Amino acid sequence: MSVARDELVEAAAISAAEVRRPGTARQIAANLSVLLGGAILLLMLVIALLAPWLGTIDPAFLDPAYRNKQPLETHTIVDPAGNEVEFTHWMGTDTLGRDLYSRVLYGTRVSLTIGFAVAVLSIAIGLLIGLGAGYTRWVDAVVMRVMDGLMAIPGILLALALVALWGAGLVTVILAITIPEVPRVVRLVRSIVLSVREEPYVEAAIAVGTPVGKILYRHVLPNTIAPLIVQGTYVAASAILVEAILSFLGVGIPTDIPTWGNIMAEGRVLFRVYPHGILFPGIFLALAVLAVNMLGDGLRDTLDPRIARRL
Amino acid sequence: MGVGCGHPFTRFSAGTEPANPRFSLMLAFVVRRLIATIPVLGMVAIFVFLMLRMTPGDPAAIIAGDHANAQQIAEIRERLGLNEPIHEQLVTWGGNLLQGNLGESFFFRAQVTDLIQQRVGPTLALAVSTIVVTVLVALPLGVIAAWKHGTWVDRLVMAFSVIGFSVPVFVLGYLLIYVFAIRLGVFPVQGYQSIAQGIGPFLHRLVLPSIALSVIYIALIARITRASMLEVLGEDYIRTARAKGLSNRVVLLRHGLRNAAVPIVTVIGIGIALLIGGVVVTESVFNIPGLGRLTVDAVLARDYPTIQGVILVFSFAYVLINLLIDITYTLFDPRIRY
Repeated sequence: MSVARDELVEAAAISAAEVRRPGTARQIAANLSVLLGGAILLLMLVIALLAPWLGTIDPAFLDPAYRNKQPLETHTIVDPAGNEVEFTHWMGTDTLGRDLYSRVLYGTRVSLTIGFAVAVLSIAIGLLIGLGAGYTRWVDAVVMRVMDGLMAIPGILLALALVALWGAGLVTVILAITIPEVPRVVRLVRSIVLSVREEPYVEAAIAVGTPVGKILYRHVLPNTIAPLIVQGTYVAASAILVEAILSFLGVGIPTDIPTWGNIMAEGRVLFRVYPHGILFPGIFLALAVLAVNMLGDGLRDTLDPRIARRL
Repeated sequence: MGVGCGHPFTRFSAGTEPANPRFSLMLAFVVRRLIATIPVLGMVAIFVFLMLRMTPGDPAAIIAGDHANAQQIAEIRERLGLNEPIHEQLVTWGGNLLQGNLGESFFFRAQVTDLIQQRVGPTLALAVSTIVVTVLVALPLGVIAAWKHGTWVDRLVMAFSVIGFSVPVFVLGYLLIYVFAIRLGVFPVQGYQSIAQGIGPFLHRLVLPSIALSVIYIALIARITRASMLEVLGEDYIRTARAKGLSNRVVLLRHGLRNAAVPIVTVIGIGIALLIGGVVVTESVFNIPGLGRLTVDAVLARDYPTIQGVILVFSFAYVLINLLIDITYTLFDPRIRY
C-alpha cells in the first residue's frame, strides 16, 4: 500500500518549504518517529527470534478437548519431557484447540521475513531496471511503458492472481507481492538517474571519458541509497499488510505455518462468540505495520530532504 | 467559379468564426491524453494475457486442480485455446476483448461479462459512499491541521493519519462489527441490500463497510490536503486576503483550498488503487456480493477467465478515472497549460 504514498511524492509537486541537509546519524537517532518505530520493530524481532523460549508451545499442537478457550484459561498439558504442567493460554485457543499466544508469536517470524524479503528483492530488481532505463534511451522507452502497464493493475489484485496461479507458499507469496512493488522502485531510481545525469560532476566525468559502469557505480548509485532506504521501509510495511490480506482471504500461506493473516482467517468463523481470534493477531499486525511506517516517515524526514520537503 | 463569389479561401475565413485558440488547445490536450492511455490499457491486457501463459508448468492442469484427470485437463486446454501458437492466442483473445467478450467462467458457468454486470452494483455503491465519507472527513481535517499548523490539533490529525494508514482494513472492519453490530446492535453485522429495496436499509448496511474502508483513504487525503494547504497559505495572496479583512472561512476555502485543490484531487484519483485493494477485503469481511467478493471466489476456485476479467475491469476503471480527473481539472484550472 505504499502505492499511493509513493505516487503522492511524485504527484504533489509542492515546492520547498525549507531545504535541509541530509541527516547525519545523530539526527536520525534523535528523530522520535525513528526511535519509536525502531523500538517496536526491535521488540518484534526479538519476539520472532526468541519465540520458542517465550513460554510458547508448539504452535501446530492441537488439543481437541481445549477448543475455543477464552484468554487466560489454564489447563494441564504434557511438556516435551513428559511431565504434566499447568499451562496458561494467555490469548485463549483457536477452533482446533491450538494455543493462540504461541501462534501469534510464531506469526511474527513470517511477517518480518516477508517484509524484509520483499523490500530487498523489489529494491534489487527495481534498481537494476531503473539504472538501465535511466541511462539508455531506448531501454527507457520500452521499460517505462511496461512499468506504466504494471502500475495500472492494483497491487493486491495482481498478487492475488499470481498466487492463484503459482500456488500458496512462502516463496510464491514473496514473489507475488514483490512484482507489483517493482515498478514504483524503477520509477524512483530512474528519476534520480535522470536528474543526477545533468549534474556538473557527472558531465565532467563523462568529459574525461569515465566508463558508463563506473559513472553509475561511483556517482549515480550513492544518490539512490537514501531514497531507496526510505522506499524500502514503505515497501516492507505494504508487504506485511498484503501478506496478511492474502492469508486472511485464504490464498496465502497455508495454516501449518502460523501467520497473523491465517490466524485471523480461522478466527473469522466464530468471530461473534470468540473475537480474540481476530483481536490479538490484528493488534500485532497493526503495530508492526505502524512501526515500519513510522520508521519510514522518520527516515524520510531525516535522510531524504528532497522528498521530505514535498510532503 | 461564377461572378460574385469571392476567392474560396477568403470566403472560408470570412464565413467562419475565428477558432478559439484556447478551445482547440484544450481539445488537442484531451485527444493527446486519450491516445496516451491506449498503450497503458494495451499493456495491462497483455500482462493479463501473459500471466496465465507464462506460468511454469501446465496452466490447464493448475486450473483443473489436483483432482482432475487427463481428459478434464485437455478439455480446459481446448476451451482456453492453449493448443494454438501463442501469437494466435493473443490475436483471438485481444479480438474477443475488443468486442467485450471476456470468455466463460469455469466455476460459475456463465459469461464473465454477465457475472461482472451482476456484481458491479454493490462495489460501486461501496466505492462511492467511501469516497463521499473520505472527502467529507479528510478535507476539513487537512484544512484545520494546516490552519492550526504546529498546534496540538495539527499533531492529532497527523498522528491519526499515520495510524490510520497502518490499521489493516479487515482488522478495523471486525472491530467495527464487534462494537457497533454485536455489542451495541446499532448496525447489521454483515450483508448488503440493493437500493431498489429501499434507500434506508441500503444506506444502513453501507455505514460500517464505508467507514472501515475510508479510514486509510482519509489518512492519505488528510495528509496531502494539509501539505498542499500549508504550501498555499504561505502565499502572498493569502496575506493580502487576510489584510483585506476577509473572514477565515473565505480565506481558507475560497483562496486557500481552491488553489490547493490540484494535488488533492490527483491523490484522490491515485488513491483509487488503494480503494480497489480495500474493496476486495472489505467485501469479504462484510459479506457484500460485489466484484471484490467475486475476485476472491474466483481465486479460490482457480477460475482464471473470471480473475482475468475482474483484473481488466478494475485496472481499466482505475486508468480511466485518473484520465477523467486529469482532463477535468485541466479544463477547470486556467493556470494549467496544454
